[in-house]
Amino acid sequence: MANEVILLDFWPSPFGMRVRIALAEKGVKYEYRDEDLRNKSPLLLQMNPIHKKIPVLIHNGRPVCESLVAVQYVDEAWNDKSPLLPSDPYQRAQARFWADFVDKKIYDIGKKTWATKGEELEAAKKEFIDALKLLEVELGNKPYFGGETIGYVDVVLIPFYCWFYAYETCGNFSIEPECPVLIAWAKRCMQKESISESLPDQQKVYEFVLMMRKNLGIE
Amino acid sequence: MAEEVILLDFWSSPFGMRVRIALAEKGVKYEYREEDLRNKSPLLLQMNPVHKKIPVLIHNGKPICESLIAVQYVDEVWKDKSPLLPSDPYLRAQARFWADFIDKKIYDIGRKIWTTKGDEQEAAKKEFIEALKLLEGELGNKPYFGGESMGYVDVALIPFYSWFYAYETCGNFSIEPECPVLIAWAKRCLQKESVSKSLPDPQKVYEFVLVLKKKFGIE
Repeated sequence: MANEVILLDFWPSPFGMRVRIALAEKGVKYEYRDEDLRNKSPLLLQMNPIHKKIPVLIHNGRPVCESLVAVQYVDEAWNDKSPLLPSDPYQRAQARFWADFVDKKIYDIGKKTWATKGEELEAAKKEFIDALKLLEVELGNKPYFGGETIGYVDVVLIPFYCWFYAYETCGNFSIEPECPVLIAWAKRCMQKESISESLPDQQKVYEFVLMMRKNLGIE
Repeated sequence: MAEEVILLDFWSSPFGMRVRIALAEKGVKYEYREEDLRNKSPLLLQMNPVHKKIPVLIHNGKPICESLIAVQYVDEVWKDKSPLLPSDPYLRAQARFWADFIDKKIYDIGRKIWTTKGDEQEAAKKEFIEALKLLEGELGNKPYFGGESMGYVDVALIPFYSWFYAYETCGNFSIEPECPVLIAWAKRCLQKESVSKSLPDPQKVYEFVLVLKKKFGIE
């Protein structure tokens, strides 16, 4: 049976970007469908009735929901090239731990850097930098979290890089002086086509954030 | 090298129970160490510096943190018996989706049942029953979520059964009339020694919840 792969997504979603990158790393041809989140398609509601969220990967008509679940699925279903998770169980556990850390910290705290003000904003900026610094320690002097090549944690984290400009501009702070190693890692990742073609332009993300702030009544 | 397995845990933690069950299913001998969460051991702080939480599985001196990660690790290392995750990538993705659903819903909503009152509590009870009904839908007429034998989702969910009596008593409602299939599943799981020896007595959990309520000033 031919492989039919559809990705229901939304262009600025870091969660969607993870799946785009994984599919690109594996050389999988797929149909990208951008959803209007204010007017979700019948297909999205049918394929993800529980959460009604993107991304949803649909492989031969069967949905896989939740970005980390989908990335692991892609890694296992197309296991002939570019392994994302290591083969050693302990290293796999470590990769899953840091992916979980990114999920617990980066999105929510990042959101606070553009959605809050005053003391709440200052606290969020500090927490954000602290989280990035912990990730820098985990990276160490490896080119990628996956070692010599991109791995699971790289795929999970790099999408947030295209949001950094929005965080920095809204929050009035700069990430690179605090986390030079992480920014160097991000720029290294952006050299890879699977990533550069999966991430939107950071200026466009910033304009999207400005629009969201307006919708939410944040000045 | 001899296998040294230590589990840093807290007796009433559903997350800790998951790891106990996984280790028991695999027949792994381990040392259980109860933590005083108001006075965390140096070992816990050293082994989980990022979150400082239990459970922490320590295998030959190396820590694995986060319960679902530890359960997958146990499944992969002791792969000679009782597989918890299926071998098919799509079925694995489904199992991971439902374990993630449990993590997103059951603990937090369950907590609201015993920490809130009035409208907030009524909303939590409704949401809780709805989540359990979705899980019943996923179970269908299988004996276990894993099919003919216990699997990953069974291990992820069954610990919360030991908290149901506390939820029901504090929330003044009854789960079985609403979710008879799920309660039948839970009793089926409790027939297994790996589960019954890993879960505390629901009465003791209820007494613990009363102590917590007193401490937090909730009546």
